[in-house]
Amino acid sequence: MLAAVLVIFLAAAIAPTLHRLLPAFSHWLLALVPAGVTVWFAQFLGPVSGGETVLQVVPWVPALGVELAFRLDGLSLLFALLVTGIGTFITAYAGGYLHGHEHQGRFYLFLLAFMGSMLGLVLADDVISLFVFWELTSVTSFLLIGFNHEDGRSRRSAVQALVVTSLGGLALLAGLVLMGLVGEGWRLTAMEASGIDFRAHALYLPILVLILLGAFTKSAQVPFHFWLPNAMDAPTPVSAYLHSATMVKAGVYLVARLNPTLGGTEVWTYTLAAFGTVTAVWGGLMALRSTDLKKVLAYTTLMALGTLTMLVGLGTEYALKGFAVFLLAHSLYKGALFMGAGAVDHGTGTRDVNQLSGLWPKMRLTGLFILLASLSMAGLPPFFGFLGKELMYEGMLEAGSTGTFVLVGMVLANATMLGAAGLVFVKPFLGKPSQAAEHAHEGSPSLWIGPAVLASLGLAFGLFGSLPAPLMGAVTSAVAGTAKTVDLHLWHGLTPALGLSAVTVALGAALFLGLRGVTAALGGLARASRVNFDAAWDHVLAGVDALARAVTNLLQAGRLSRYMLLTIAVMFALPGITLLLRGGFAMPKAEGWAEPLGWFLCFLMLLGTFGAMLATSRLAAVTALSISGLAVALFFLAYSAPDVGITQLMVETLTVIIIVLVLAKLPKFGPSERTDAATRLVKLVVAVAAGGVTTAILLSVTAQPLSPHLSDYFAAASYVEAYGRNVVNVIIVDFRGFDTLGEITVVAMAGLGVLALLKARNAPKPEEDAAAPRLDPGKPMTGEAD
Amino acid sequence: MEVVLAFTIGGLVTGAVYMLLSRNLLRLLFGVIILSNAVNLSIFLAGGLDYGVPPLIQGADKVLEGTYANPLPQALILTAIVIGFSLLAFALVLVYRGWQDMGTIDGDALRVAEPVETTPALEAAARARKHGRETA
Amino acid sequence: MHSLILRTGTRLLLALMVLFSLFILWRGHNEPGGGFIGGLIAAVAYSLVALSFGVAEMRRMLPADPKTILGAGLALAIVSGLFAVVGQGGLLADPYMASRWYISYTETGEKGFAIGTPVLFDIGVYLVVIGGILAMVRGLMEEL
Repeated sequence: MLAAVLVIFLAAAIAPTLHRLLPAFSHWLLALVPAGVTVWFAQFLGPVSGGETVLQVVPWVPALGVELAFRLDGLSLLFALLVTGIGTFITAYAGGYLHGHEHQGRFYLFLLAFMGSMLGLVLADDVISLFVFWELTSVTSFLLIGFNHEDGRSRRSAVQALVVTSLGGLALLAGLVLMGLVGEGWRLTAMEASGIDFRAHALYLPILVLILLGAFTKSAQVPFHFWLPNAMDAPTPVSAYLHSATMVKAGVYLVARLNPTLGGTEVWTYTLAAFGTVTAVWGGLMALRSTDLKKVLAYTTLMALGTLTMLVGLGTEYALKGFAVFLLAHSLYKGALFMGAGAVDHGTGTRDVNQLSGLWPKMRLTGLFILLASLSMAGLPPFFGFLGKELMYEGMLEAGSTGTFVLVGMVLANATMLGAAGLVFVKPFLGKPSQAAEHAHEGSPSLWIGPAVLASLGLAFGLFGSLPAPLMGAVTSAVAGTAKTVDLHLWHGLTPALGLSAVTVALGAALFLGLRGVTAALGGLARASRVNFDAAWDHVLAGVDALARAVTNLLQAGRLSRYMLLTIAVMFALPGITLLLRGGFAMPKAEGWAEPLGWFLCFLMLLGTFGAMLATSRLAAVTALSISGLAVALFFLAYSAPDVGITQLMVETLTVIIIVLVLAKLPKFGPSERTDAATRLVKLVVAVAAGGVTTAILLSVTAQPLSPHLSDYFAAASYVEAYGRNVVNVIIVDFRGFDTLGEITVVAMAGLGVLALLKARNAPKPEEDAAAPRLDPGKPMTGEAD
Repeated sequence: MEVVLAFTIGGLVTGAVYMLLSRNLLRLLFGVIILSNAVNLSIFLAGGLDYGVPPLIQGADKVLEGTYANPLPQALILTAIVIGFSLLAFALVLVYRGWQDMGTIDGDALRVAEPVETTPALEAAARARKHGRETA
Repeated sequence: MHSLILRTGTRLLLALMVLFSLFILWRGHNEPGGGFIGGLIAAVAYSLVALSFGVAEMRRMLPADPKTILGAGLALAIVSGLFAVVGQGGLLADPYMASRWYISYTETGEKGFAIGTPVLFDIGVYLVVIGGILAMVRGLMEEL
């Protein structure tokens, strides 16, 4: 299975090159890859339908116990076949649809990369790899929605889809990690088999909320649905593939996959049923209102996603059977319809149903397949969609009171599908030919072969229910967690479900015939809603911007003193707080009190420091600095560090020389940098706190016994190995010579840097218009405050 | 002496930080000088204080024996002093060049990199977003 | 300021101080001193000359431009580390910067004159310190 995923990624990698070499055939050649993988997966149909589960485990991050584990059971096999099977037709279709597009090769790359990610997602048994593939599908979806990146609207839709689904992805990651902690491992099969009762665990609710957030954003459940209609800005093959048949079903796949471990509780049932039903009804009504063929289909997709979520939530045997059948039925008819809509767009130049009419004579093939698929969508016998709807109703009737709650909504939602089917077939194809129909023409075979196969399958599976039944049984078993079998028949006798179907058809027909009124009524409702979600999105983004700006202004005020204050406060607060909280403070043994020279030098250091701090003239400050520095040097000399002491003495001299040289050219200390009392108080508090933390740390460090290891080594080796009696110098030039080499390089760089800074001024300036207005260099620093 | 020095270093850091927070860049540099002294003394203190026993191998001895001062901190501080001086000189020249080009040594008045107005990048981002919304 | 006697005297004094710095450099391996201290002493001496007689006078008393001294010192320090890499024991037998010594022994077995790569390295340090600091001083004085 790893090989199957890798082969598709490999095809993605070579796709642009292949397209450049063979632009006319590349789509056929590339379609062979998913076709081959489909055939490879098809061989598992027998065993998996018989109840077998195929596992493959490849170590990935052994240190963390993360594996690349794949599982093939009914659910993942169905998805794998859909991904690769529909993917085959989509790849071929893209060749015809995007014919001559300048970035066609890139499109294949994105498309196949998505295919590989999606395949990995549905096969993954390890939650970490599941998450990685999940995010990969979000990223590739972003690239595909924004494929026409010159278009601002495409870019916005792409970003919207990415942000919504990745926010959900983050929640999902947290949920999966929590799940892994509870389940003591990352493998889903292991969690199912472990017997750990997730439902009774204290973390059940957080896990559920986080994972459902991931699933609902991905599968566009209300109120996270708004990105999906916008995603229709993508080229049609993408809409057909990602945003109807595969990627948006990832969320549905996830809840189905986790049903055995997390499902069955009241929270689960009510949450999924409520969100699913609302989404289904919403999507159905919006579909009737839309006039763009692709938007109509996008909203019917919302309806399907809601229905599937709801069915998993109900969780009864018939509901899950309905889930399996409706999942397959929807993928077949929706893929066909999208591709058909794309062919209409391609042939007439418009997707607006109000401008399309009487296409039938010009586009018989496309029309035929759209008709077949629409009938399946409408849920009419003998199509596969009818079987799905019957089982759906059975499931709701079976679920008792919960079922009745959703029943009303679902009858309405299904009825809208009939109306939408009319919108998709009757309006464009029948009636008097419109202006747009005059130049209509059938596309190349690559444009109608996909719809042909998918729509025909929808009819075949309906007529011969025994064909898909074994796989449907395996899917139901995988979702239910126990073995189930499915029998599919068109005629069950006069059941309540059949009655509901009849009601649905009548209602749907009424909806379509009264479409004008329905649309008008829905118009107001829609303006009050979708627009709001979309506008809210902009508000959220603006809010994030404002927050970022506020934080930036606070932290990055553009004022040096503020930066210093923040940096220093954090630098000293962190170790100080740590010392306090960890109880690390200790007092050293007090020794050496009777060393008058040491006392005196410490006094001089402090005198010089505070003198420099309080000095009002520069010369006084320099003098005070010298006193302090001199005292430091003498301290080194007194406490057994002659080399350091002499160095410090010399450096003191040079420091004074350099400062005096520069001072002559700089302005005197003026009142301009004086700050108000409050600022001075803040400075003083931070300064005293910093000093206090330093003293506390130093005392605690000194209280620890010193490890003699290194000094003993140097003492013993200095003369014997390095022939030097001055141990300090031997360390500098020999033991730590490499270190010293780095240090003298710094000295060299500083020297050259000073030269460069000073000489750069003499070079001619390219332009005088620096970002800031250039101030007069001669102007003294006067009294006015900043 | 350790305790006395620890408190002295605390005092040095207090003075240094106070000066680092000033708006006058020259004062800030003076703060840097004191801070680097304080850091050097800290390293010295952490290595242990010994009065009057420099780490020199005497006469006919081949190894250091008895009480001797810890040589490693001394080696580290020695080079640190020279580097500290080099960087100070560099910083001082930077301040001088700032004065030449911008006419101020008030740190808060140096706003070339971050002018008071919003940056062009922010404006461009806002424009792009607005554009995307309008075409949507 | 431009009196010949003063200038000659300074030259003499400077020569003495440079000699002293060399002495400090040389004895640094066994007594307090070494490349850093020696270099600083020489740099102080030349800086005082520059302050008293101007930067041109300082340059005249230097054997080379500060930048050249700086570069030579850095090169010497880097090269001193190479002896271990290409020397006895074959190529790359020892890591870069491992020390190599030449030691002469007297007939009685006493250790006599000894010179090693760390000494070369220390001379490099000495030159870098002089060159680096004088480059700064010269730049500042010429500019200001």
